[in-house]
Amino acid sequence: MDVSFAITGKGYVIIAADTTAARSIIKMKSDEDKIKVLSPHLLMAYSGEPGDTVQFAEFIERNIRLYHIRNPHPLRPQSAASWIRRSLADSIRSRRPYAVNLLVGGYDPAEHAPHLYWMDYLGTMAEVPFAAHGYGAYFALSLLDRYHDPEANLEEGIATLKKCIDEVAQRLVVAPGKYKVKVVDKDGVREIEL
Amino acid sequence: MARRYDSRTTIFSPEGRLYQIEYAMEAISHAGTVLGVLAKDGVVLAAEKKVTGKLLDLSGVKEGGYGGSGEKIFLLNSNVVAGVAGITADANSLVNFARQAAQRHLFLYNEDIPVELLAQRLCDLKQGYTQYGGLRPFGVSLLYAGFDPHYQFQLYHSDPSGNYGGWKATCIGANSGTAQSLLKQEYREDMGVEDAVGLVLRVMSKTMDSTTLGSEKLEFATLTLDTATKQPKAKIYKPAEVDALLQKHGLAKKDEDAEMR
Repeated sequence: MDVSFAITGKGYVIIAADTTAARSIIKMKSDEDKIKVLSPHLLMAYSGEPGDTVQFAEFIERNIRLYHIRNPHPLRPQSAASWIRRSLADSIRSRRPYAVNLLVGGYDPAEHAPHLYWMDYLGTMAEVPFAAHGYGAYFALSLLDRYHDPEANLEEGIATLKKCIDEVAQRLVVAPGKYKVKVVDKDGVREIEL
Repeated sequence: MARRYDSRTTIFSPEGRLYQIEYAMEAISHAGTVLGVLAKDGVVLAAEKKVTGKLLDLSGVKEGGYGGSGEKIFLLNSNVVAGVAGITADANSLVNFARQAAQRHLFLYNEDIPVELLAQRLCDLKQGYTQYGGLRPFGVSLLYAGFDPHYQFQLYHSDPSGNYGGWKATCIGANSGTAQSLLKQEYREDMGVEDAVGLVLRVMSKTMDSTTLGSEKLEFATLTLDTATKQPKAKIYKPAEVDALLQKHGLAKKDEDAEMR
């Protein structure tokens, strides 16, 4: 039931994910943070099988942290995404695979550009200008096809994100009520209120 | 005193020295000179070949591989070229390790290995050989000329103890002291690749034993950015290209020497 969106713009990536933790028809929690900060310029929204998601996200978070401690420079978004994809691809071929879908967004200080990667539990990866996972994707993608602008500034980007959230609220029966939104740009990662 | 402590790499002498490592460094200071200079828009490497002679069959090195004779200058990855000084057999083994490490990084992270990381990988290995029993250290120093998006063009040096460091211009092997003081005098911060090539050849011609330079004594390589793709482009010069370059800089052999060959 998770819903997550991500959009790139001029020098930033916005990632939004709902904050519901549900089991069957019961809402257990309504302030769950499903966006991990992997490094000063890297965000990852995760959704999928409860339990798997947190376990896998923490595994990724800690391994990327380890890389940063060990090595002279941080992993670039493209390399981190490749490594995460590899982890999922190895996982799907193991006895007990993780069922986790991801949106990885980052800003590359080396080439001064934002990057967004869409990934699913099968180990599929694509670099995209905007992305969504969950039921929200059915509504948001067509909307983003129409309104996404890669040159948009942050305010315009947030306005487009709000359009997606409103559309989902209007049309989806099980629409989530609250979202957490994080932005990554040249200054690093921060959370914003809608 | 030394003789009791120099037979093993793993044992400190009472003065706190590891003789085997010092001997390895000594071996390198007799090896062919390798010189590297970092420029604004590239890195230049040159190496002196020691194994020469009239009877040496060089027909195989004219066209093969990436260029060069594969004795002193090697392509470690698409973004790193290395020059080696020391025991060639040890060097070959290290080069093989470096290439594997670089490919492993490419496989895991889908990016060219950052230059410092590659130097670190090799130094971890070299350091291991100064500590674990029954092994002698690698008798090899390397100069790494590389490019990565983090720090752009870079030049690193590593020695048998497993130390490494970044340089603007440096030299290893025979006469490295002389070469280094020449480099200190003539190096300028704003140098381009063309100037660096000139500097490297000038210093090389002064420090090498032989009076005239030629492709049978010299290996040469540059690392620049491809203007079209913005990707690093390593060029190890083929013997004919080395001779042409020397000709251009007025350091080539005179014609009567050529007739003698």
